[in-house]
Amino acid sequence: MSDISIPTSGQADDHSHDHPAWLAHHFDDAEQQFDSGKLGMWLFLVTEVLFFSGMFVAYALFRSLHPEVFVYASQFLNAKLGAINTGVLLFSSLTMAWAVRAAQLSQQKILVSMLAMTLSCAAMFLGVKAVEYTHKWDLGLLPAGMYVTQGIAEPLHGNWLQILCIPAAVLAVAFAAWYLFALVGRNQFQLQIAGPLLVAALCFFAGVQLGVFLESGESHGAGHGAAHGDHHSDASGHSHDVHSGVVDHLVAASIPGQAFPNEVLVDPKRVGIDQPDINQRGRAGVFFGIYYMMTGVHAVHILGGMAVITWLIVKAARHEFHSKYFGPVDNVGLYWHLVDFIWIFLFPLLYLIR
Amino acid sequence: MSHTTVDSSVHVDSHGDAHGHGDGEFAHPASITMLFSVFFTLLALTILTVWQSTLDIGAAEIWVTMGIATVKAGLVILFFMHLLWDKPLNAIFFLSSIIFVGLFLGFTLTDAQGYHSTVEIKDTLEASLPPAPAPAPAPAPAMTSTPTT
Repeated sequence: MSDISIPTSGQADDHSHDHPAWLAHHFDDAEQQFDSGKLGMWLFLVTEVLFFSGMFVAYALFRSLHPEVFVYASQFLNAKLGAINTGVLLFSSLTMAWAVRAAQLSQQKILVSMLAMTLSCAAMFLGVKAVEYTHKWDLGLLPAGMYVTQGIAEPLHGNWLQILCIPAAVLAVAFAAWYLFALVGRNQFQLQIAGPLLVAALCFFAGVQLGVFLESGESHGAGHGAAHGDHHSDASGHSHDVHSGVVDHLVAASIPGQAFPNEVLVDPKRVGIDQPDINQRGRAGVFFGIYYMMTGVHAVHILGGMAVITWLIVKAARHEFHSKYFGPVDNVGLYWHLVDFIWIFLFPLLYLIR
Repeated sequence: MSHTTVDSSVHVDSHGDAHGHGDGEFAHPASITMLFSVFFTLLALTILTVWQSTLDIGAAEIWVTMGIATVKAGLVILFFMHLLWDKPLNAIFFLSSIIFVGLFLGFTLTDAQGYHSTVEIKDTLEASLPPAPAPAPAPAPAMTSTPTT
């Protein structure tokens, strides 16, 4: 058998047989290995589509039986944030596809930077998502059993956004320290990994800032004129004041005879819905159960994708990918595009209901 | 140092001559132009779908929305996921999953809509109210006591 002049990775085993380290024993050649891997990934994507379809059917069923609930509840969803998240995810699909191209052309630096951009877009998506979720938690819009109807005076304590930002902040500090350490030690390999991770962690906060900025401008927000939950603000007391302002409205609305403040949350009569019983756990609460389930499971898939992309960055930093071995990048790309595919359907179904 | 050269492969790939893309015999690197044009088309369709949601087109809304979403999804699948140039077997697998989702959705919705009109909907609000006072006792006591006149 002839030699192959494709390099093996730095820590390749010293095989006594004649195939390179990146070609597994049970494959005849690189193309067969690639095709087999791809088929496996497409089969996995089939299971993912069926997995999500369960939730889509639940959505369709509930919406067909109670369309008025969806019209009512959709006003709590910020279509602007949803659209931005859609754009961010579409861009991440572009960078992921570009990363696959770079792997196929053995363009290592472009590959790493494209994977880094995909990771950063994912982090930004999660940042916007964090703002969306915490905003809803502040308003008591929880899944069915925990749904707080308007006027119930049980405030939800805690500045949720700050709590959600803590893990990201810890990671950002850790990655920054690692990056500086690698910079000082002039370790190119570690720089190529720590850099993207640091940028991604910072992009999470960029997403949070963007979300806070846009959420505060929404007309249905109750009394948070100032950007609330700004974790970067030095006075955490400030954000608590704004947060309790929301709670004050809730409390005020629950006192009988009290006139509703101008920016009150939702008055079913003002929305024009006849049935006031929509705003009950059995109706709107179920909508939010469906909403949290679908977007939450989707977000878990994003997290998983981020972990795998990080793994790819490490491998790419080791120069493991080239024009005859790019299967992992291609297959992770397929998974990532599926995550985008799911969101393309989630966005109009949840956010753009009229 | 870049190790990008490929001299030969172990097995002469009969498919190799037919492809001729890039360096490797089987790699199909996507063109940057294609990637960006698909991306901008997707962005434009997103803007379109947000815009059409601000209009009031009644019952057609869901069909238009889903139609645009299907076009966007199709672009992602065919171009970003490269299915247009991929082996047909992968496309068959993926399409079959979509068909099964269609069956799942269709049958479930048909079934639910079929018996919906016969289901008594108990209002959650109603259910939380105290029960109405019991009606007057039935005329059973009158049967045991003989009316005097």
